[in-house]
Amino acid sequence: MKKALLVFAVPAAVLTALLLAYAFYQAMWVAPMERTMGEVQRIFYYHVPSAWTAFLLFFVNLVASVTYLIRRNTRADAVALVSAEVGVVFCTVVLVTGPIWARPVWGIWWTWDIRLTTTLVLWLIYVSYLMLRRFSDGAQTPKLAAVLAIFGALDVPLVYFSIWFFRTQHPQPVIGGGGSIDPRMLHVLLINWLAFSCLALLVGWSRYRLEIMQRDLEEELALESLLGDGGLPPASAGASSRTGSLLNRTSSRMGPG
Amino acid sequence: MSALKSITGATLAKDIRLEWRSRDAINSMLFFSLLVVVIFSFSFDPNAEESREIAAGLIWVAFLFAAVVALNQTWARELRNQVLDAYRVSPAPASSLFLAKALGNFSLVSLLEAVMAPLFMIFYNLRALGPAWQLIPVAVLGTWALVVNGTFFAAMSLRTRSREIMLPLLLFPISIPAVQSMVEATRVLLAGDGSARFWLVLLLTYDVVFTTACLALFETVLQAE
Amino acid sequence: MTSVKFLYAAYIATWVIHGTYIGSLVRRYSRLRRRREELDRGK
Repeated sequence: MKKALLVFAVPAAVLTALLLAYAFYQAMWVAPMERTMGEVQRIFYYHVPSAWTAFLLFFVNLVASVTYLIRRNTRADAVALVSAEVGVVFCTVVLVTGPIWARPVWGIWWTWDIRLTTTLVLWLIYVSYLMLRRFSDGAQTPKLAAVLAIFGALDVPLVYFSIWFFRTQHPQPVIGGGGSIDPRMLHVLLINWLAFSCLALLVGWSRYRLEIMQRDLEEELALESLLGDGGLPPASAGASSRTGSLLNRTSSRMGPG
Repeated sequence: MSALKSITGATLAKDIRLEWRSRDAINSMLFFSLLVVVIFSFSFDPNAEESREIAAGLIWVAFLFAAVVALNQTWARELRNQVLDAYRVSPAPASSLFLAKALGNFSLVSLLEAVMAPLFMIFYNLRALGPAWQLIPVAVLGTWALVVNGTFFAAMSLRTRSREIMLPLLLFPISIPAVQSMVEATRVLLAGDGSARFWLVLLLTYDVVFTTACLALFETVLQAE
Repeated sequence: MTSVKFLYAAYIATWVIHGTYIGSLVRRYSRLRRRREELDRGK
């Protein structure tokens, strides 16, 4: 089963790379130049699709977390972890490209734009989620992380409303503008969104596979140290025989590299 | 429902009694709160007009620090005496334990705020130009918002490395809308320009949503420890 | 800094971020493969 999926991996990667290259070409040269902002506006074609992809990934995380809480399915937990990580990566792109776009257009790096600020809070929530996963001890991490994901999801609408009202009191510039969009620009936007979604899928799948392989390996290592293997040497002084044999084998494996 | 109330009440009474017997923890927290106010007064010149404008923010940031210090010791006693295992096997609903802890923390943090607020008013020469009575629901709802999630995340942090830093790491991002509401409401009431009603409603919504979530999910977290 | 430089900066930053993450995945894969080989050899 694993081998069969692997066969798709390389062509999928090549296809994604081609799609990204095509999308880049469209964004840089084919899309019409924006009247008020000039060439800088082309950041839009990277900024917005990354945001959509990040939000989609965080939604996947929420679904996977709830699934885990209901069914205690470890695969769901792995999906939750993967979608959070890849989501944070895309979210970082949004938070970096946003200010880079704002600076030449508005003269300031940060404008408390409602969407960008909500994205910042989402990023903070999910980074804290990843820290919880890293700092918490193994057995109960999935449950705690899933609960945190739910709290995060409950928080987001409140964040949006609080920033929205704040902005009505303190008017600020809006990045990316509202209103209608030229159909040619929409076309390029959607192509970039497709390309980045494929990238997210590819990277997410790789991360998922890595996570499953890692968990399998750790399970095997744990079983091995619990059960030992046949033909144990006599117990060395100060150590149990099983630990002793494991230590002997580990030290003989150390070698170079 | 009455079982919930009586267990909550009993747990809360026990906590208050234990805290009162050894007042060291409370005394050190009170002193910490005083220090925070003084440091802020040195850092943000109270005579400057700008400082008076940001006073609302300063007050709530100071309250936030004091709250984190108080919240970090929420479960310390339970951990020391393996009390959590007893709770896990007892038929008492986990939500009573949570509610008792949250109410205890609320009392403690309110006490700290009661010390800090007058000091801020004195140092910064503050007066409420808007309807001052509205500061009370702001304080109550705002403090509850921090305490309810803080107590919950303190429980989640119990089995983590760097337990004390984990609490603020989890609490601060989730609390952002609440903190913004508290600060803006206080600012509006102190400056007397505009209505704090939206912020109060948002704070109330925040409190209802997260109190429900905490009560519903505490069982999961308790079992996870 | 002309405004076009910001455009390049944004695109480059995007790929640096993605590249860093993918690079860390590659590194973790090779480390995992090494541990797996050690385990299999030890058996």
